[in-house]
Amino acid sequence: MIKERTDSISVELPERVGILMDRSAEDFLAKIRKRAMAGWKFGLSESSFRKILSVAGAFVLLLLLAIFFSLLIASFPAIRNFGIQFLFSSTWDPVRNEFGAFPFIVGTLATSFLALIISVVFSLPISIFLGEYSAQGSMATFIKSMIELLAGVPSVIYGFCGLFLLAPVVRTLEMKLGVAPYGVGILTASLVLSIMIIPYSASIGREVISLVPSDLKEAALSLGGTRFEVIRKVILPYAGSGIAAGILLSLGRALGETMAVTMVIGNSNFIPKSIFSPANTLASVIANEFTEATGSLYLSSLIELGLVLFVVTTVINLMGKWIVRRMGVGE
Amino acid sequence: MKRRSKMVKGLKLITIVSILFVFCGMGLAKDVELTAAGATFPYPLYSKMFDVYNKENGIKVNYQAIGSGGGIRQLINKTVDFAGSDAIMSDKELAEAPAPILHIPTCAGAVVITYNLSGNPQLKFTPDIIADIFLGKINKWNDRRLAEINPGVKLPDMAMTVVHRSDGSGTTFIFSGYLSKVSSEWKEKVGSGTSLNWPTGLGGKGNPGVAGLVQQTPGSIGYVELIYALQNKMPYGPVKNKKGNFVTATLASTSKAADTNLPDDMKVMLTDTDAPDGYPISGFTWVLAYKDLNYGGRTEEKAKDVVKLLWWMTHEGQKYAEPLDYAPLSKKAVEKAEKLIKSITYNGSVIMK
Repeated sequence: MIKERTDSISVELPERVGILMDRSAEDFLAKIRKRAMAGWKFGLSESSFRKILSVAGAFVLLLLLAIFFSLLIASFPAIRNFGIQFLFSSTWDPVRNEFGAFPFIVGTLATSFLALIISVVFSLPISIFLGEYSAQGSMATFIKSMIELLAGVPSVIYGFCGLFLLAPVVRTLEMKLGVAPYGVGILTASLVLSIMIIPYSASIGREVISLVPSDLKEAALSLGGTRFEVIRKVILPYAGSGIAAGILLSLGRALGETMAVTMVIGNSNFIPKSIFSPANTLASVIANEFTEATGSLYLSSLIELGLVLFVVTTVINLMGKWIVRRMGVGE
Repeated sequence: MKRRSKMVKGLKLITIVSILFVFCGMGLAKDVELTAAGATFPYPLYSKMFDVYNKENGIKVNYQAIGSGGGIRQLINKTVDFAGSDAIMSDKELAEAPAPILHIPTCAGAVVITYNLSGNPQLKFTPDIIADIFLGKINKWNDRRLAEINPGVKLPDMAMTVVHRSDGSGTTFIFSGYLSKVSSEWKEKVGSGTSLNWPTGLGGKGNPGVAGLVQQTPGSIGYVELIYALQNKMPYGPVKNKKGNFVTATLASTSKAADTNLPDDMKVMLTDTDAPDGYPISGFTWVLAYKDLNYGGRTEEKAKDVVKLLWWMTHEGQKYAEPLDYAPLSKKAVEKAEKLIKSITYNGSVIMK
């Protein structure tokens, strides 16, 4: 990279521009000056660059609206038929064409929030450890890459591991407790989900904690605070909104997770009575029944489940953003 | 400058090559290819059949195992030449279809009751017991009625965990069709279909999912296609059929279940069969095709190819069924299939004389 300060413009140009086959350094620098004044290499100016960026942003917004409207339009037959009762009815009967989403909404919220609670117990200490205690060094790098590896494992693999490794363990636990030994159910699904979502909140938490200005920390230390007090009273409040944003991201991931949950949730269309009962989530019902659904009311009820999931995710995201803003001190 | 122009030249070359590639593919489409989609149950058999057919006749068949429901949908949308289905299209579905559709049987399968009890005892079942188990009315293994028909077996005092399918499936269609025939309470409460409102139990995805759950959960009971029970070496018990005989599911007893009066349109459920040695929870799997193959711009050549393939599948292709653990069509079933295939027309005139 070549840094050159020409009058009021400071230009950073990529190396390849330097291979201009010029005779002398001065000619070369003069050329760069001229080009910098005229605009970027490919003929773009500041305003058109900004236009391109805003088009890209608008495109994403349009895409979201398109998804929402296509879901809405395809669910019209079901909305017309069931109305608002769809959200509160507990019957899912494809033979009689009676559909209701309530057990799945309960299942989705139960597994996601339980997974969130379990994952925060791990991801918060991980972020503090990696961000504050052991920010440099090979051990930190190792742990960091292991956590990022967790995020890269495909969700089907999580489902397999949950079914073949975790379910027998939960089954033994259930047999000891005298409950029906299903092995699958809300507890297993929440455990699998919590492991899947740890990387999201841990990575963001670690970033935010390491960005806490050191003068704040040093001020607290110089006033006689212990390391733990610095974490509790300076770092966590400062990074609080960032950590909350990371937790929100992981919750969003948990709400939508399909494959891993389908394999270990037990697929029972009843409202779960306890943490050991089998249940069903919105995403797993769609994954299970969509390909074989014949009949327009059945299909459109499944699409309405997708719409409900979309709306629930959006509402929870908005609530979370409101919480983050209320907490916000730092970024 | 040099590097950049090299890059641009490279990009141009890649673009030209990929465009040529795409057009090449279009030219190769001259090879005859038939498209089909549908049931996953017969997919291993169809896979083998189509491979052999391709080697013998040079016609490629592209079958996508997306499920019976998906196959029916694609057929109604006229995107495939034929569909595979374990389920019969209901009158309502046939009325919604744009043209008459034929059900041509290709092979038969059996649904067995498999369970997980220590010692793998051989248990016998009767229709009312099976219905009550899956309705949730019998929920302990040492239930009096189950013990009565299994006098030599020591049944444990354990809770029963029912395992059913979580996805839509032809296996469920056959099983629930059987239960609807033998239990009026089942027919009223649950009914028959590819996806049901199960009164109790866990759901597994696909036959492998149910098999896996049953294998892992002690005291569980579920239903799977015979092939899965055989290949996973899972225990399954004989079931009492209509004539009062306890029949174990085998390829032979499945084929025998089809040895009864079959209707001409072959839209028949083999469940609760009258045949004395037939296994009662059996069913055909069908190829669904339009009666008149002139749709979606299809040529008469292609229609002839489809008819020839269907004829081959129900005759020479049948010898590939048994090695793969599928039950071949009985003689009566083949006769009816022949009549159906001979009735396929193109623009009104019969293709196979």
